[in-house]
Amino acid sequence: MSSQATIPAIQGSVTINSSIDDAFRVFTESFGSWWPAAYHIGKSDMVDAVIEPRQGGRWYEKGQDGTECDWGRVLLWEPPNHLVITWQINGMWQFDPDPEHASEVDIQFTAEGPEVTRVDVEHRHFERLVAAQGVHEGLRNGGGWKALLDAYSALANKE
Amino acid sequence: METDGYAGLGSLGDPRRRAIFELLARRPSSVGELAAVLPISRPAVSQHLKVLLDGGLVVCEVEGTRHVYRLNPEGVDALRAYLDRIWDDALRTFQKAAERGHDQSWTGAKV
Repeated sequence: MSSQATIPAIQGSVTINSSIDDAFRVFTESFGSWWPAAYHIGKSDMVDAVIEPRQGGRWYEKGQDGTECDWGRVLLWEPPNHLVITWQINGMWQFDPDPEHASEVDIQFTAEGPEVTRVDVEHRHFERLVAAQGVHEGLRNGGGWKALLDAYSALANKE
Repeated sequence: METDGYAGLGSLGDPRRRAIFELLARRPSSVGELAAVLPISRPAVSQHLKVLLDGGLVVCEVEGTRHVYRLNPEGVDALRAYLDRIWDDALRTFQKAAERGHDQSWTGAKV
């Protein structure tokens, strides 16, 4: 067993009555139209969310006040079969720009028929959020670098 | 069989409880502090907190005379539980959106 894989991934899947091309297109191009607007991190209400259609593209939300908040990046862009994006929102509900702390969302599209597509989602590598959790713990313990490092080493030693 | 963990996730199905959970994700708070920013009474906040406590998503600590609630600091379990809930909701809305798109093109083809 890998020492990395300490926190189980989240897995979900859904079968859709549409072609694989449409399923991929709606998931990506129309991401902002279906993602539940309650789930966002910006201070202002979310009006749209975008996955830029290319490797290295941004995944971000747009707020009512015009601000943009990053969620992650596109790691793999293989329409209409496969999409991997990073989720860099930490335990403090903020974007963490450090790729070392990035959890990943892997989305696979499988054609089960001309108009039937299965979509499997795996959100994995929560262990990479450990450092973010360290921040959480650090603040909880009164803040400061010492508390943060103590919390981090306690978590690191557990593995 | 689904056990307490599932009950924990299920407890986030209520929008008020989700709001409380999100506030606690940002900052540990007392019942009074939560009631001050939410459109619900203190007893209602307490009731929701009890469900979150029972589900293991939130813990309560006594600081002097105050009871302060925070997310359960056991690893990233609470965060993971919340994300599980988010994906569950998101895949459901995605399915609706994708099939609506499909219906439209089908109707279009018919016309």
